[in-house]
Amino acid sequence: MPEHKTLAATGNSVVAEAMRQCKPDVVAAYPITPQTTIVEEFAAFVAKGKTHCEYVTVESEHSAMSACIGASAAGARVMTATASQGLALMWEELYIASGMRLPIVMANANRALSAPINIHCDHSDIMGARDAGWVTLFAETAQEAYDNTIMSVRIAEHPDVLLPVMSCLDGFITTHSIDRVSVMDDESIAGFVGDYEPQNALLDTDNPVAHGNFSGLGGPYFEFKKQQREAIENSRAVIKSVGEEYSALSGRPFDVIETWGMEDAEVAVVVIGSTAGNARTVARHLRADGKKVGVVKVRVWRPFPYAEIAAALKGLKAVAVLDRSESFGAEGGPLFLEVRSALYDLAERVPVVNYIYGLGGSDVKLELIEQVFTDLADIAAGAAAPAGLVYLGAREEA
Amino acid sequence: MANLKELTHREDRLAGGHRLCAGCGASIAVRQVLLGAGEDPVVVGCATGCLEVSTTIYPYSSWKTPFIHNAFENSSATISGVEAAFNGLKRAGKIDPDKKVRFVAFGGDGGTYDIGLQALSGAMERGHDMVYVCYDNGAYMNTGIQRSSATPKGAWATTAEVGSAQPGKQQKRKDLTAIIAAHGVPYVAQASVSHWKDLTTKAEKAFNTPGAAFINVFAPCPRGWRTPSSATIEIAKSAVQTGFWPLYEVEDGVWRQTVKVHNRKPVEEFLKPQGRFKHLFAPGNEALLAEIQADVDRSWDQLLARCSQD
Repeated sequence: MPEHKTLAATGNSVVAEAMRQCKPDVVAAYPITPQTTIVEEFAAFVAKGKTHCEYVTVESEHSAMSACIGASAAGARVMTATASQGLALMWEELYIASGMRLPIVMANANRALSAPINIHCDHSDIMGARDAGWVTLFAETAQEAYDNTIMSVRIAEHPDVLLPVMSCLDGFITTHSIDRVSVMDDESIAGFVGDYEPQNALLDTDNPVAHGNFSGLGGPYFEFKKQQREAIENSRAVIKSVGEEYSALSGRPFDVIETWGMEDAEVAVVVIGSTAGNARTVARHLRADGKKVGVVKVRVWRPFPYAEIAAALKGLKAVAVLDRSESFGAEGGPLFLEVRSALYDLAERVPVVNYIYGLGGSDVKLELIEQVFTDLADIAAGAAAPAGLVYLGAREEA
Repeated sequence: MANLKELTHREDRLAGGHRLCAGCGASIAVRQVLLGAGEDPVVVGCATGCLEVSTTIYPYSSWKTPFIHNAFENSSATISGVEAAFNGLKRAGKIDPDKKVRFVAFGGDGGTYDIGLQALSGAMERGHDMVYVCYDNGAYMNTGIQRSSATPKGAWATTAEVGSAQPGKQQKRKDLTAIIAAHGVPYVAQASVSHWKDLTTKAEKAFNTPGAAFINVFAPCPRGWRTPSSATIEIAKSAVQTGFWPLYEVEDGVWRQTVKVHNRKPVEEFLKPQGRFKHLFAPGNEALLAEIQADVDRSWDQLLARCSQD
């Protein structure tokens, strides 16, 4: 049985710890707020000889992911971390990592994208990369960030998947706040993640292979993309089984969505990341007043848990989806688009409203969530849903 | 350094049957560089470009050695990752500690002088045990002869057109070899496909130097230069003899000319056989020709001043 130790630590600190415990052979990373303390703490492990890892201090995030791709194709277990503009700069390489089927694991400290420049939390960085073919997990807390990082390695390297995995945590809120976190001993984590057995490694020089070949008109490009789709669909079962195995080890439950109060809820909020805690706090107060409210937290963003979301929200009188990013010109934010799509096949229509909140670290006060539940109660009672999306808490004048 | 007879017995790591044009300088550069790698395994990285698209059309590969193509601007960063994996896996006990592997990244001038300069600079500064080889044909040939920062002044390119308002490219070439030498890496060289022994010797030195090494290889492109396929080596030789492309190396900061040119010929001899410079010989462009000659003279004097007088 693993030894559990309770720490007072930031999300970034336990992500760095989880990375060390997963024994990567290569970490290639570039510092960016609010990811920096991950790479700083990992650099300290390197300096103290606490890892065998080759730590490549690249000159940009583009080169970070480029070096990760080279290292992963070479046969190494590879991890990295980034945020915001860094993830945006990697954009080209994100697609190449998944297209080359390389099981790289990356933490992303969610931060707003410029302009205007802003270092605080929202999800526009990852949502801009949502079609890049990465399995994507979201943490609400430092604990989940630790757990997700470790599970990511097993999911990525599973032979039925072989895709890169991104493990997201909210910038500053989760990355920098000190939280109560339970970590396990090195041996238990090493045993859980196991050794990486690479296929077609460049460094298997007796069996030379070519990575990244050209596929022109009439080539296999289309079929390769179909295989990527199959791989990310395969990851659904792998995520569940890895999650069950990890739960048994950690003693903490895991599922692709987490529900609160949904057994008899009439209205619910769907949320992703750290705001789930705010939503549950408000929901708890409303429950005390006898209101039948619930909260659904999405922990796995890609592949999106359509069936689980539909099952959780079926029969509700009103649902609010909280998006911490924009999809300008679309019907709503990225989470809203997925949730509404998940509900389309239900026989009975569930009214869904969309709130954009917290962009650029804009404060997510409990009163704002209360306002959402009040709106939901009104809609459930027959009031008209707001036309279009609502910018929750935006001031009339900036 | 192996002699020619010994080199002929070394395995050719780039197979024939690839799709590069007849007379392409890139494949000559690659074969000569890889001959310098000796018997140890080599992992090759390659930037997007002619060399990559013509040698790796799925499901085929011309590379008889492990190969990776990632994107256009990052073959140096990609190979630095492969080299990092080699070190990490050795420390993990997953690779025999005595195993030797060579790491080389190839890129054209577009992927090296321009879009890949940042990644190259980073890889050189970090000092990975790798060799970066630029095959410099002076334009973006793969996409159709667009100008790069390696395109010579006055040359025609499809984005530096020749017309009544402009006689081809307006700017001078960037001196990339000197820029990399300024990084202080242990070995930097400028070579040409026309001087096989010089190039192969430089490649051998680069591979045997611990740490980062860089070779800039002059590699004519018949298609882009508007020259006959059969003229590649002659034109490359002429670049050396006119001082347009001097052959030298910088070993631990010491500059040395590896091929001396005693009776340097006028640069016109290099320019004239090439269709991309044809307009320079039309009446009215004499001043531009004189300017190009003056630029070559100045660079030549600078190089001689840098080189130790051995």
